[in-house]
Order: sequence, then C-alpha cells, then structure tokens
Amino acid sequence: MARAQHSLFDEGDVALRPAICVRGLKTAFGSHVVHENLDLTVWPGEILALVGGSGTGKTVLLRQMIGLAQPAAGQVEVLGVPAHGGTPAQRRSLARRQGMLFQAGALFSALTVFDNVALPLRELRTIPEDLVCEVVMTRLALVGLGASDAAKMPADLSGGMIKRVALARALSLDPELLFLDEPTAGLDPQRSDEFVDLVRSLHRQLGFTVVMVTHDLDTLVELATRVAVLADKRVIVCDELSEVVRVDHPFIRTFFLGPRGQRALGDLAPKERTAYGKP
Amino acid sequence: MAQGPGQAASDPGDSPAPLTLKAGVCRLAGDWSVQTLAARGEIRARRRALDAAQANAGLRWDLTGVRRLDAVGAHLLWRAWGARLPERVRLHAAQRDIFASLARMSIEPPRPAPRDPLAWLAKLGAGVLDGAQHGRALLLLLGQLVLDAATVLARPRLAPWREISAQVYHTGAQALGITALVGFLIGIVLSYLSAQQLQVFGAGQFIVTLLGVSIVRELGPVLAAILVAGRSGSAITAQIGVMRVTEELDAMRVMGLSLGQRLILPRVAALALAMPLLVLWTDAMALAGGMLAAYAQLGLTPSWFLQQLPDAITINNYWITLGKGLAFGVLVALVACHFGLRIEPNTESLGRGTTASVVTSITGVILVDALFAIIFSQVGI
Repeated sequence: MARAQHSLFDEGDVALRPAICVRGLKTAFGSHVVHENLDLTVWPGEILALVGGSGTGKTVLLRQMIGLAQPAAGQVEVLGVPAHGGTPAQRRSLARRQGMLFQAGALFSALTVFDNVALPLRELRTIPEDLVCEVVMTRLALVGLGASDAAKMPADLSGGMIKRVALARALSLDPELLFLDEPTAGLDPQRSDEFVDLVRSLHRQLGFTVVMVTHDLDTLVELATRVAVLADKRVIVCDELSEVVRVDHPFIRTFFLGPRGQRALGDLAPKERTAYGKP
Repeated sequence: MAQGPGQAASDPGDSPAPLTLKAGVCRLAGDWSVQTLAARGEIRARRRALDAAQANAGLRWDLTGVRRLDAVGAHLLWRAWGARLPERVRLHAAQRDIFASLARMSIEPPRPAPRDPLAWLAKLGAGVLDGAQHGRALLLLLGQLVLDAATVLARPRLAPWREISAQVYHTGAQALGITALVGFLIGIVLSYLSAQQLQVFGAGQFIVTLLGVSIVRELGPVLAAILVAGRSGSAITAQIGVMRVTEELDAMRVMGLSLGQRLILPRVAALALAMPLLVLWTDAMALAGGMLAAYAQLGLTPSWFLQQLPDAITINNYWITLGKGLAFGVLVALVACHFGLRIEPNTESLGRGTTASVVTSITGVILVDALFAIIFSQVGI
C-alpha cells in the first residue's frame, strides 16, 4: 500500500477515493474548543489508530466520523456520503456499510447473544430467518463462539466474550468500515492477543477499513498500518508508526518513547529524529 | 522533671514514654503513627505535653527514639513546632525527608466559596429556565412521536408490534393486581365516609350517584394514573436511562434504528392502549368496594346498587373516564421517556431522574385533571 500523505485527496481516481475524509473540523463544548481546523484522511483497507492524550477528543472525533455527534464547523465525508445532513436514505445506507465496537460492548441487554448479532440482519426485513440463522452462527464461529453461547444473555458473559459478540454484531452486515473504541481495554494480556489476532485475520479475509482509538501500545504496534496523533487540537502527524515515532513533539516523546513505549516498539524505536513541523 | 503522658505503645512489654523532658532535651520515643494516636485522648494528651515542652526556651529535640513516624504524627509535631523545624533537633534521615516534604507542601485548607446573598434568586431563575427547557424538550418529543406514529401507520409492516405487545403486558396486564387492590380499598373508604354523612340526612340512596360520578369521573382515572406513573413510569425512565449509560442507545443510532420508533413509540402506544382499560378496571373495582361498604353500612343490596348504576353514571362520564385514561397514559409515558433520555452516567443522576420522572408525571396528571375539570364545567358536560 502506498505511503499516504495526510493532506492529499485525489478527486479523479475512484480507486483511491478515501474511506473517510475530514476537513476543517471544529469541535467545541460551549467555549472549550477541542478540535480546530482538523484534517484527516482514511484510505480504504487500512487500519488507522487514533492516539492522543486525555482530553484531546479522540472519542469525540470517532463519534463525529460515525455520525453520533455534530461538529461545530467543517465537513466529514464517510464512504462518499456526508456523515451529517445527508438524506435519510443516505444515512440508512451508510448505517449498513459501517459497524462500531463500543468500549463496553453496548450489547442490547434485553436480547440474547444470537438476537444481538442477528439484529442488523433482521432490520433489513428482506432476509429469510433460516438464512439469518446461518449467517449469525457463521459470524459467531468467526469470533470463536459456538451454539452454546448463542442462547446466553449479555449479563452472563465475561468481558472478553462481550467484546467478541460485539465484534460479531459490528461485522454482521460485512461492513466496509469498522470503528473500534478502545478494543482491548479491560482485557487480560492473553485475551488482548487473541483479539488482535482475530481482527488481523478478519481484516485479511474481509478487507474492511478500520479506525480504532486506543491507548494500548502493543495493540498499536501489532495492528495499525498508520497512526494518527491528536495533539494541539488537530492531527499533527498521520503516517506509519516508524515515521511517527521520529517526529519530535512532546506528546510523541512521552507516549511512544517512555519506558513502556520503548518496550512495545522494540526495534521500531527511532535512531534519529525529524524536527516537528518539517514536512 | 516532667514525665511523659500515658500509655502509648501497643505492646505492653516495650513501651517507652512518648515524650520525656530532661535537662533541656525533649526526647520523643515510641510509636507516633496513626494506629497509636487514634486511641482515645491520645492526641490531646500529646499535644498538651508538646505545648508544655515548647514553653522552655532553647529546647533541644531528639527524635531518634521514635520507632514509627507517619504523616499524622509528623503533622502533629509540625503544628506544635509552628510549621518549621526547631533549631536544634536530632533526626534520622528518613524523618528529615518527611519534614522536608511537609515544608514543601502547602497545607492551607481550601478557601470556602464566597456566599452570594442573592444565590436564592439565581437558583429561582435557573429553576424557571430549567422548567422551560424541559417543556420545550417534551414538546419536541411529542412532535417527533406524532411524526413517527404517522410513519408507522403509513407502513404497518414496519411497526414494532412485538415491542408494543411486550410493553402492554408489562405496563398494563401486570398492573391489574395493584390497581384492583387500591381501587377496591379506596372504594370502600369513600363509600363508608359518604354513607355516614348521607345517613344524617336520610339520603342514603344517593350514595350510588355520589360514588358512581366521583369514582368514574375523577378518582378512578387519577388513581390509576398515579399507580401507573409510580410503577411503569419509573421503570421506563430507569430502563432508558441505563440504556443511555451502557451506550445501547448509541449502538441503536449507529445501526440506523430510529429511537423514536423503536423505543418511545411502543411505550407511548402501549400506555395509550392499556391506561383506558386499567382505568375501567379500577373504576369497576372501586365501585365494587363501594357497593360492599354501602351494603354493610346502609343495608343497600348489591342488586339494587347495580340496578341504579346505569342511571347514576351517564354515558358522558364513561367517555370522560376513557378519555382521561388515554391522556394520562400518553402523558406518563412521554414524561418517563423524556427523563430517561436525560440520565447521565452516574448513580446520582439515575436516582434523581427516576424521582423527577414520577413526581413530574403525577403532578402533570393532577394538572391535566384540573384542566379537564375546568373545560368540562365550561362546556357543561
């Protein structure tokens, strides 16, 4: 995959059309401005990790990309369709092409595991029930769950299983775009590894685009093809990890190059730095 | 030669006195940690001893005998010394570190917020504005509900029939027991009290009209509405509130499910359907109770009572009771959904939200009832 520069948008070439295009985004809560003049491009098929300090608005940005929050200014275009202010038909079609994994899973607590994963399919109202059943069991098998788990209620599941069911539900309609909000938060190291392997193999199989917000350096190193760093109210760099760690910015220094960072990066740790601000 | 104050250490065998003053040297020893200082009267005694010792000028301090010194003990000494180390003091290195960090930190208590004498006025104004905001939000909710109802009626296949049916069961069918009980008992009480008064005038037979009209027009609908508000209103608010907290509402939005159609419409429709029926049920139970009490008190036979009922309760009252049931049902459901959608992710908010929901619905029901009474009296029903 070609290395992407973060302000390029090729209008003519459909094959290079970005999956998500954020231009001039401004987010404010009252007088507190979180993002100002934020630009970000997500290319199809890549796994983009969104990192930033606390309060830099990573989750807010994710929510704006998925259409749950409205920016004060700027545009967000997802899969060629505006994320806000589109027609209801556009919004409906967009909802079918994207899926989100919430931090705590957000499974519907009144429905069984099976019904949770089946919901997006049943909402289409055109798929016969036997087909729905087959697809749901396939999805559950894909995330490592079986028929015995299908009848359980979300309250009976462990944290790792909740995340897996939520992932199965997010992938129910084979979306082109997958959003992950802190996917490995609260998982023990083994479950985190399993989750990372799962996402990686599914990505290889199904080829969707992933945007994930994460603090976990190990997940980042394992999964992300590009990393977007949120600081100073905008994306200061969006590039492959090996390039990002060479940028000399205080946040990047503390986040990636502290003792944890060095351990996680291994030999990705930079030998020399590029000054922040230089192209 | 002053002796140190009373028992200090926890082990009886080895308990040096905490403070000894001898030949111009104040020797501190033993346990100056919170476990020991927490004993009753211990801090007071030690403070007294410290103040007594401070009275001597040019005193030297020796802390090397102190076995354990923690933050509480250190603060105690720090205060007694006037927030600085005395000129001549012998300390261990660790103790020196403790006092050095105390010297670095500021231990000023937080300044209390300045009290505004007109704070009550601001609160009142804020309350009014808040109420207006709630009113606006409710109006928006009602408007969206009407739009959703129109959409669903235009394409019945899309309607959430199962959700509506489930809600009718939970809010209606499962409330039959409590409404029957309360209705029956209120009927008995009302009838008993009225019978006593009517007997004085020898007008016992008017009890049928009295009970019939008052229960069917006023008491039945309001009672049923209050019970349903407490029972189902709080349940709806809590359920939607928790869904907000666990991000289930966000998940629904992300999947393109309309919250108005899938969450609010079923609940409002269910209560709009169930409430009039519950009101009829409550009316019947209350009249049954009244009948029983009338028989016991006035000797009016149930068969006579039932014969008189159709004349006592005109058809207008029947429509009024159903209409009120419908109005109250929609009101309770809307208010419950409104408060549910505003709940924040903390326990405080959940408690306050459900309380506000129940109180607002009950108050709203009474207000609407009064409004109906005014309208009907003007119209002459």
